[in-house]
Amino acid sequence: MRRSRWPPVVTAAVLVFLWLPIAVLAANSFNRSRFGSSWEGLSLRWYRALLADADTWRALRNSLVVGVGATLTSLALGTSAAVALHRHRSRLQRLHYALVYSPLVVPDLLMGMSLLVLFVALGADLGLGTVYLAHTTFCVSYVAMVVLARLQDFDPSILEAARDLGAGRWTVVRRVLLPLLAPGLAAAGLLAFTLSIDDFVITFFVAGPGATTLPVRVYSMIKHSRNLPAINALSVLMLAATFTAVRASRRLLQEDRP
Amino acid sequence: MTADHLRREEWAVTLPSLGWLLALFAAPTLLVFAVSFRPADPYGGIGAGWTLATLREMARTPLGPVIARTVRLSALTTAICLALAIPCGTCLARVAPRRQAVLLLLVVVPFWTSFLIRVFAWRMLLHPEGPLKRVLVTVGLADPHTQLLYSEPAVLLVMVYTFLPFAILPIYAAAEKFDLALLEAARDLGAGPWGAFVKVFLPGIGRGVLTATLMVLIPALGSYVIPDLVGGPGQDMLGNRIAQRAFSDRNLPQASALSAALTLAALAPMALAALVQRRPPALEAAARKEAA
Repeated sequence: MRRSRWPPVVTAAVLVFLWLPIAVLAANSFNRSRFGSSWEGLSLRWYRALLADADTWRALRNSLVVGVGATLTSLALGTSAAVALHRHRSRLQRLHYALVYSPLVVPDLLMGMSLLVLFVALGADLGLGTVYLAHTTFCVSYVAMVVLARLQDFDPSILEAARDLGAGRWTVVRRVLLPLLAPGLAAAGLLAFTLSIDDFVITFFVAGPGATTLPVRVYSMIKHSRNLPAINALSVLMLAATFTAVRASRRLLQEDRP
Repeated sequence: MTADHLRREEWAVTLPSLGWLLALFAAPTLLVFAVSFRPADPYGGIGAGWTLATLREMARTPLGPVIARTVRLSALTTAICLALAIPCGTCLARVAPRRQAVLLLLVVVPFWTSFLIRVFAWRMLLHPEGPLKRVLVTVGLADPHTQLLYSEPAVLLVMVYTFLPFAILPIYAAAEKFDLALLEAARDLGAGPWGAFVKVFLPGIGRGVLTATLMVLIPALGSYVIPDLVGGPGQDMLGNRIAQRAFSDRNLPQASALSAALTLAALAPMALAALVQRRPPALEAAARKEAA
C-alpha cells in the first residue's frame, strides 16, 4: 500500500519545533554576548557567573533536600499502594484507585491552591516542610502507577511458591518481592525525584517567603530579568542531568525484558 | 489464610496511601469549595462565619473575557496538538524499531526538561532582539515593529509547545496497537485514503485520541505560568486571576471561589469522556447486528 507522505514530514517538523528553543538556549549559554542576538565568541562566563551565585546554590540545596525527602516518602507510600491495588479487588480498592489516579489529571494550579488553603486553615507555617508534604502528595500517584505496571508484569505464583517452600511473609517481601521490584522502584524513584526538582507551580503556592527552591529561583530571575544569561547555563546543566536520568530509567525498565 | 486475616492485610497496605491522599488531596479539594463561602480576613487568612459576599463580589467583577480567553486558548491548543500528534504518533508507531527508540527519546527528553526553562527559551526566541524576529524581518514576514512576545499568539504557541508531548505519547501507544491490515482491507473494499483514515483508522485509535485530548485540555485550562511569562497584561487566563487573588490581593476566599469554578470546568471534559467511552460497545453491537 502506498503510504501517505504526510506523517514523516509532520514528525520531522514537530521534532525541529520541540528542539529548536532548547538548541538556541544551549548555544547562547556559550555566547559571550549578553542578549544572545548575535554571536560574539565562545565563552564560559555565564557558567562562572552561575557558579558564583550564592542564592542559586541555596535554592539547589533546598530542592535537593525536598526532592530526596519526597522521593523516599512517596516510594514507601506509592509501593504499598501499588501492592494493595494489585493484590486486592474490593470496593475499598476502587476508592483507593480513584484517589491515586485523580492527582495525575488535576491541574497543578488547583493542587497548589487547595494545599495552600489547607495549610492556612490549619495555621501551618509555610516553608520547606509544607513543600515536602505537597511534593510527596503528587509523587505518590506517579510512583504507584510505575510500580503497579511492574507488578502486573510478573508472575504472582512466584510469591506463592516461596510461601509454599516455607518462607515467612517478611522473607518473601525481602528476598523475592523487593529484588523483583527493584528496577521498577528505581525508575519510580527517579521519576518522583525529577518531578519534585522540576515543580514550580505547586511549590510557588505552598513555599512561603523563605523556602526558595531552584525553579522558584529561576522564576524570580526570569520575572525580574536578573542574571538572564546565567539561566541559559543553568538550563544546559539541567538538560544534561535530565538526559542522564531518562537514559538511566529506560535502562532500568528495559533491562530484563526480552 | 482466613478472610479476616486477608482483610487486615489489605488495610495494612492500603491505609498509608489512602490516609495521606484523603488528608492532603481529597480534603483540600473539598475545602476550596467550603472556603468560597467564608469571608476574607484582613491578614490574608480565612475569616470566621459563613457568607455569600465572596460569590456576590465575584459576580460583580467582569470575568467573562478571562473565561472566554481561557476556554478559547485551551480548545485551540488541544485542536492544534491533536492535528500534529495524530500524524506524528502514527509515524512513530510505524518506523523500524531501532529508529523508533531514538525518535521516542527525542520526543521524551524535551518533555522531561524543566518546564520553566522551556518557557524561558521561548521568551528568548520571541524577544524583540531575539533570533526569530530577525529571521522573520529578513524574510519579510514581519516588519521591525511587530511585537512577538507578550501577545495571545505567543501564549498559544508556547502552550502547544508545552503540551504537545502529552498528545503524542498516548496517540503513539494507540497507533502501535492498531492493526494496519485493517486499513489495507478498507482500501481493498473501495475506501479512498481519506475515507479509510476517517472511518477506520481514527475510530481504531479513538481511545488514544481521547486520552490525548484530556491530557492536553485539562492542564491547559489550568495554565498560569505561560500567560504570566509570555502573555501581556491583557492576556490573563483564569489561572492568573487565581494567583492574583491569592498573592497580590491576599484574598483566599475569592481565590478559592475561582479555583472551585476551575475545578468544575476541569471535571466537565472528564465527565464528557466517560459518556463517550460508554458508546463504543453500543456501536459494536449495532455493527454486529448489521453484519448478521
